[in-house]
Amino acid sequence: MRFEDVSLRYGAGPEILRHVDFHLEPGSFHFMAGPSGAGKSSLLKMMYLAQRPSNGGIQMFGRDVAGLSRSEAALMRRRIGVVFQDFRLLDHLSALENVALPLRIGGQRADKVRKHVAELLAWVGLADHLHALPPTLSGGQQQRVAIARAVVARPNLLLADEPTGNVDDRIAVRLLYLFEELNKLGTTIVIATHNETLVSRFSHPVLRLSAGEIRLSRSASPPGGQSTKGSAA
Amino acid sequence: MLLRRTDLPLDRDASGRFLPWLVAVMVYLAALALICAIGANKVVSRWDQGLAGRMTVQVPASETGDGDRAGEVLAALQAMPGVRSAEALGAEEIARLLEPWLGTGSAYQDLPMPTLIAVRIDRAAPPDMAQLRHQLTQIAPGTVLDDHQSWLGKLLDLARSVQLVAVLVVGLVGASAVTMVIFATRMGLSVHGRVIELLHLVGAQDSYVAAQFQAHALRLALRGGVLGLLLAILTVLLVANLLRQSDAVALPDLSLLPLEWSLLPLLPLVVALIAMVTARLTVLRTLGRMP
Repeated sequence: MRFEDVSLRYGAGPEILRHVDFHLEPGSFHFMAGPSGAGKSSLLKMMYLAQRPSNGGIQMFGRDVAGLSRSEAALMRRRIGVVFQDFRLLDHLSALENVALPLRIGGQRADKVRKHVAELLAWVGLADHLHALPPTLSGGQQQRVAIARAVVARPNLLLADEPTGNVDDRIAVRLLYLFEELNKLGTTIVIATHNETLVSRFSHPVLRLSAGEIRLSRSASPPGGQSTKGSAA
Repeated sequence: MLLRRTDLPLDRDASGRFLPWLVAVMVYLAALALICAIGANKVVSRWDQGLAGRMTVQVPASETGDGDRAGEVLAALQAMPGVRSAEALGAEEIARLLEPWLGTGSAYQDLPMPTLIAVRIDRAAPPDMAQLRHQLTQIAPGTVLDDHQSWLGKLLDLARSVQLVAVLVVGLVGASAVTMVIFATRMGLSVHGRVIELLHLVGAQDSYVAAQFQAHALRLALRGGVLGLLLAILTVLLVANLLRQSDAVALPDLSLLPLEWSLLPLLPLVVALIAMVTARLTVLRTLGRMP
């Protein structure tokens, strides 16, 4: 993933992101940190192709996203797993059906994926809630369903927006280990979080967003000290 | 288990409640229109076949006695090339024909009655009607030749009008179905905007979303279409039964042949296909306009 001088503004409003430049190698693991309103969600939106930049260029998987047709963009999104901050589960589908959604959209047969999906839900601690509808689940349980849905198709890129915001520390660490396992299998991971404690427990580099600008920090320490501006490789 | 529900909860939409009923009404009207058109066609062809090669010659009664004049006309007809047979109707047969207007009894026997001659002509080599008319009026002034073409022509015009109306009704039904499905589909796209956005973000193509809408439209239209057709068939059977009980020979015969019955189920199928294709095109067109 490569962002080159990317800026974003909504309509005639102020710039949310300014001259963002970075490059994420395949198989890398990054946290994205920054205060509320710094532009983390907007940056993630551009990463999962839900938002086009006002200026600059974005390359994903070796393709310039500006030149993608709707059909090509849809196929590229199948390589990206997203954990949304508000989960975005389908309330009329069970946990099992929600998690199976990317596989179904990818054309896999339902009977073939059931076992795999059930195992994944068991791994995130929801073995007893396979057929529960999201409104009957707690916030933490819904978050785990959303995470399972994001990783079920083994995406090349996993983007997570505050994926541990509604779970206790024990579950949060467990979920981070799940992301690390995926990362070891080759998935590029970007996790947006404001949980500095959690970030400090891992040695992954941090993309720090502040006032619409991005800096790369090699550790979890705040920007300024060991931070370098611009691209990350 | 995983495919038991669709990704889009379309069954909960208002369209799921009103669309089948609207389609039912439309298919009901279209089916009745088609059956009426078939019935009108049958009436024309029945009368056409029944009267083909036939004509009636009416020799007016004469105060001086028309027996000789009618006999002369009859003889002239029988000798005419192109006339296969000519036969004067007997008193009993004329009485039967007049019965609907004059009733039973012998009251009319005092009236000066014309002589009616039923003529069958050779359809391959018919006589020259103008010459025949001239010749017969020479023998018996006031003789009328009725080859039924004028009456048949009016009947044919009526049947064609009925068929035209039927085609218009079917066309309107098709146009209404398209309009309704477009409306319902756009409403569905609007109501389920967030779910559709999620499906896109998870990697769904526009055709994946369209497939769900088209299957929903097909299901609803088929359900409504079958209901409308069943109601139309019930109506036709009822009306056909009433017509059979009446003696009005000019009324259409609504009893259908097996082939005609077998064509009727095509109506809901065609409407359902129209609904399906319309829903698909509406979704693809609407989503295609999105950035």
